[in-house]
Amino acid sequence: MYSAHNRALIELARKNKKIVSCYADFPPGEVAEVFQNEFPDRIIDVGIAEGHLITSAAGLADAGLIPFTHCHALFALGRGYNQIRQNVAYDNRNVKIVLCNSGVIWGGIGPSHLAIEDLAALRAIPNLVILSPSDAVSTEKATFAAADYVGPVILRLPSVGATYPTLYKNDLEFKIGKAICLRDGKDITLMATGILVKDALEVSEALEKKGIRARVLDIHTIKPLDEKAILAAAKETGAIVTVEDANILGGLGGAIAELTSERYPVPIRRVGVKDQFGESGTSEEIKECYGLTPAMIKKAVHHARKAKRGRR
Amino acid sequence: MDKEKLIQELQAKAVRLRRETLLIMKEMGSGWLGGSFSSADFIAALFFYRMKHDPRNACWSERDRLIISKGHSCEVIYAALAESGYIPREELKTYSHLGSRLQTHVDCRTPGIDCSGGSLGLGLSFAVGSAMGAYILPEKKNLSSSPRKQKARFRVYCVLGDGECNEGQVWEAAANAFHYKLDNLTAIVDSNKFQSTGAVRMKMDMISLAEKFKAFGWETREMDGNNMKEVVDTLDWVLTVEGKPQAVVAHTIKGKGFPSLENTNCHFVKITDDLLKKGLEAFVG
Repeated sequence: MYSAHNRALIELARKNKKIVSCYADFPPGEVAEVFQNEFPDRIIDVGIAEGHLITSAAGLADAGLIPFTHCHALFALGRGYNQIRQNVAYDNRNVKIVLCNSGVIWGGIGPSHLAIEDLAALRAIPNLVILSPSDAVSTEKATFAAADYVGPVILRLPSVGATYPTLYKNDLEFKIGKAICLRDGKDITLMATGILVKDALEVSEALEKKGIRARVLDIHTIKPLDEKAILAAAKETGAIVTVEDANILGGLGGAIAELTSERYPVPIRRVGVKDQFGESGTSEEIKECYGLTPAMIKKAVHHARKAKRGRR
Repeated sequence: MDKEKLIQELQAKAVRLRRETLLIMKEMGSGWLGGSFSSADFIAALFFYRMKHDPRNACWSERDRLIISKGHSCEVIYAALAESGYIPREELKTYSHLGSRLQTHVDCRTPGIDCSGGSLGLGLSFAVGSAMGAYILPEKKNLSSSPRKQKARFRVYCVLGDGECNEGQVWEAAANAFHYKLDNLTAIVDSNKFQSTGAVRMKMDMISLAEKFKAFGWETREMDGNNMKEVVDTLDWVLTVEGKPQAVVAHTIKGKGFPSLENTNCHFVKITDDLLKKGLEAFVG
């Protein structure tokens, strides 16, 4: 997905002279060679200084440029929270912050680098648009959408070294704030974000064989939430399972629980990190350890449907 | 213009800014007196002498930037903005009122303010980004080539507090400014020797800030920041430096102009009738 983002960034930079790509000692991938050859001034590395990366990007935006910053999700967040809040969000700067290696499913690294709280922490900051695409195609489109949007955008990407299956065709219409219905259904809705959308989709397909029709929504925009699609799903399917690779406290699960409990309460179960720190291990082991597997999504579906029946 | 006359005019402006600052603070009943008064002289020189700007066109893309990293002491900035014509003088009466463009720390919603302040240690990084942007050519190598093919589109001035230099990010920015040879960037440290709750040296002894900037590769000068001739000379000098950012450590007196408050920690003070009366008598202009 990082490659898809980089391809989009290169295409954007060729079209738009204001695009600048910034790093805090983070690998620029495909961007490095193209930018060095074609527009060497528009690639900036500030060294291991994530706070400075974010604030200086706000300065670049002040000078009329459109900076995309790249660093580990956890350090953009942990070393740059005040900077994102004050220099980017509050001043409404046209800065695009790419959270690389976000979420808990990043094999072989360990808890110091696993951002479980990115969604929760950033959702609470006004003015931010938060995008969390689920495959290469939606990542590419999200990158274009971020550049088109005038204002601060967070773009959340998973492990930059890993490859992920493609879910969408190239004609995908990606609109900020508009969830994508991947499968329709009337019995329950799986609302997922990021790389676990694929697992939600698999579960929905498996459930169909048992006669359970599960709708699948790809919530690629965490903020602003597609309230219309979420509330419609609550009304039409009567139960929700949320699926994310971040802390369910304040994350996607938190956001959807907040919305539906106030506007249209239905039984909800949240699959995600249960307020724990990450661990070293392979990506598969991490998924297993934190219950981020199709089996756990199925279990959550079972419980949510049981609660739905209990309400009748 | 004759230099002596220029200095006299700027001195008169500084007196006027101090007077207006007092009147602004009266609106809230209290204010950042110490830092506003310590910085009033170089703020006057920046606004009315050094900076390339157009108050009728606050968003002019080629304007010199002024980043008030220390964030507080905003009253003297508001006085300068009104005196320059960015905002109507009448508006100064709304200082710190709910919904006002004049917040209690400098804020982007005010015309002429480039970066909101209040959270310390950030402004120099913003100034570095802005200064880099002034050198970036969309399709050629300029920012990181030596010598550069094209000059910077504008200069960036950043005002820091001496206490603020405790913050680590100041030094991330300082290192990065040298790395990119940002000679269009000037940092002015308002070294008034006091921070929020006490003397700077008692809180965290940073030894010499000038030596620190020098060690980070900056061209550095110290000046008496309340002596207009030294201020003007130093602001002339910064334009002569090539290939390096410049740091000016302005040794100032907190509360400068108020004998009873000078060199005390008058960081945030209540504006009593007595104080106001004394101030308005002292600052006639």
